[in-house]
Amino acid sequence: MRGRFSSLLAVPVSAWLAFALPSQALAERPADCRATGHQTEIDFPLLFTGRAIAAKNLNVLVVGAGSSILPGPNGAKNAYPARLQLALAAKLPGVKVTVETDVKSRRSADDMVKTLPAMLAKAKPSLMIWQTATVDAMQAVDLDQFSRTLDVGINTARSAKADVIFVNPQYSPRTESMIALASYVENMRWVALQQEVPVFDRFNLMKTWADLGTFDLYSATKKLDMAERVHDCIGRLLAGLVIEAAKPTP
Amino acid sequence: MAPLPVERDLRLDLFRGIALWLIFLDHIPSNAVSWVTIRNYGFSDATEIFVFISGYTAAFVYGRAMTINGFIVAAARVLKRAWQIYVAHVFLFAIYLAEIAYVAHSFDNPLYSEEMGLVNFLNNPDVTIIQALLLKFKPVNMDVLPLYIILLLWFAPILWLLLRSPSLGLIASASIYALSWKFGWNFPAWPTGSWVFNPFAWQLLFVFGAWCALGGAQRLTRWTHSPVTVALAVVYLVLAFSIAMTWYIPALAVYVPKVVGEVIYPIDKTNLDVLRILHFLSLAVVTVYFVSRDWPALKSVWAKPAILCGQHSLGIFCLGVFLSFAGHFVFTEVSNRVVMHVIVSVSGILIMIAAAALISWYRRIERQGPGPRPPAIKPGYAGGDA
Repeated sequence: MRGRFSSLLAVPVSAWLAFALPSQALAERPADCRATGHQTEIDFPLLFTGRAIAAKNLNVLVVGAGSSILPGPNGAKNAYPARLQLALAAKLPGVKVTVETDVKSRRSADDMVKTLPAMLAKAKPSLMIWQTATVDAMQAVDLDQFSRTLDVGINTARSAKADVIFVNPQYSPRTESMIALASYVENMRWVALQQEVPVFDRFNLMKTWADLGTFDLYSATKKLDMAERVHDCIGRLLAGLVIEAAKPTP
Repeated sequence: MAPLPVERDLRLDLFRGIALWLIFLDHIPSNAVSWVTIRNYGFSDATEIFVFISGYTAAFVYGRAMTINGFIVAAARVLKRAWQIYVAHVFLFAIYLAEIAYVAHSFDNPLYSEEMGLVNFLNNPDVTIIQALLLKFKPVNMDVLPLYIILLLWFAPILWLLLRSPSLGLIASASIYALSWKFGWNFPAWPTGSWVFNPFAWQLLFVFGAWCALGGAQRLTRWTHSPVTVALAVVYLVLAFSIAMTWYIPALAVYVPKVVGEVIYPIDKTNLDVLRILHFLSLAVVTVYFVSRDWPALKSVWAKPAILCGQHSLGIFCLGVFLSFAGHFVFTEVSNRVVMHVIVSVSGILIMIAAAALISWYRRIERQGPGPRPPAIKPGYAGGDA
């Protein structure tokens, strides 16, 4: 539907706009995951992770909900946790990298924290990547309670000798007027600043992609190709963040 | 008790009209034009203006009714107003249901399977719709009207108290605010959590508006027009502006001392943070200082559109919420280019103005009625809603 409308409008509008706006051709170029102008806060060092890399054995645990999963038989292989493992292994030659996942749809931060001690004991990670907040926003969980849950999760991971990286919600333009993500993204950022946890700012990253036309996040399709490319980019950029933050501080 | 002013203060309508436009712009997600709205340049936003002015006009309209016709008549009129707002809210909820049902049906993308779980509530409308009618389930951006309903439901006794002893009324309101912070009072929401706009906290601004309308503003004139107050307000606005800039330019954040950050964040909108109140008050002080009641521009053609919108605030507010849904729909279905943001924003405001003019026209012809013309209303009295 969008396509039909836009082509109707495209001629008169684009004629006088051609000079006013940068081209937004929806060229999907997974190779460079264009994210210029986008910043991730990485000022906080990942000490456990740095030591694990030095010891040539890095265990990562990804804790998340539905947006850390892709459907289909190859879903697990193409979702960002698996892409992260590949990218980390490629960037860290000689280091044994394993990525375990604890991901299930429709889980709020509180649901994840409940199973966290058992998962940490099992996976023994040096780094926990924690994707959360979407379901909390959908269920309109109390914001203070949400922040407290994040604190509990961070403390649990740290007492199990694991660093934490937050992955915030996806940017989902179609449901933007229906899920009040902004205050949860904001609270997550404040908890992260106070607890000195790096945030992989997936929300603004994907927003940048949508603005630049890297991916057409509006498209209604049952096909997995775009979703897979998005996850591939997230996995690789996340690997970059991990390695950057795990570098020994000078 | 101070005598009630007879002539409506056009500044109220003007700024409420502008607030309605800003609320509309802010409610369209990712709207590039919402960069112009005040929430980006300080701690408070258009909601504070809307609630304060609504309290002011409610006291102005129902305060007169209460002095002239007595408590029962005024209380009945306040409750009728609350009922109208409830009906308006349910109407907006119906539009929201239509939108979400459409999205659920037409949009499918494996990337967003989690987000689409949001439409699951369509599977059990027996619960959802009842919770919405109970004002416990409130979709995004539909929190202001329920707040307004609660504020009006307890307004009659508050107004009675304000008319007898303005200071006592204000102290009662401030105490409820303080107690709600101390004990964490709020209304429950469904499925979890509590109201986005805590009525126990936000009533303070509404009652303060009412207090100002009933002579409080006049009593404050000596303070609000003192150069010291205005200077303090300007300093506070500049500080808030500098902090707000660090939200958009992260490089500046290093200049905010950690201690300051720990004290001020998070700036709590739900419970109407003191920083937000101070920001709103500073804006009000500066505005009142520079825009006098008899400012000629208030009667000019340029002020007319905003004043019209401000005078029919309920209708225009609801229209604004509807238009923000529609605007987001245009972004997703037609185009998301910046130029479309501008077109949608400008045409939305034009539609709001046209609708306000239409409501005014209806009021005029209805007032004329079929028979002879009733006596003309007082010149200068601008009419309009509470």
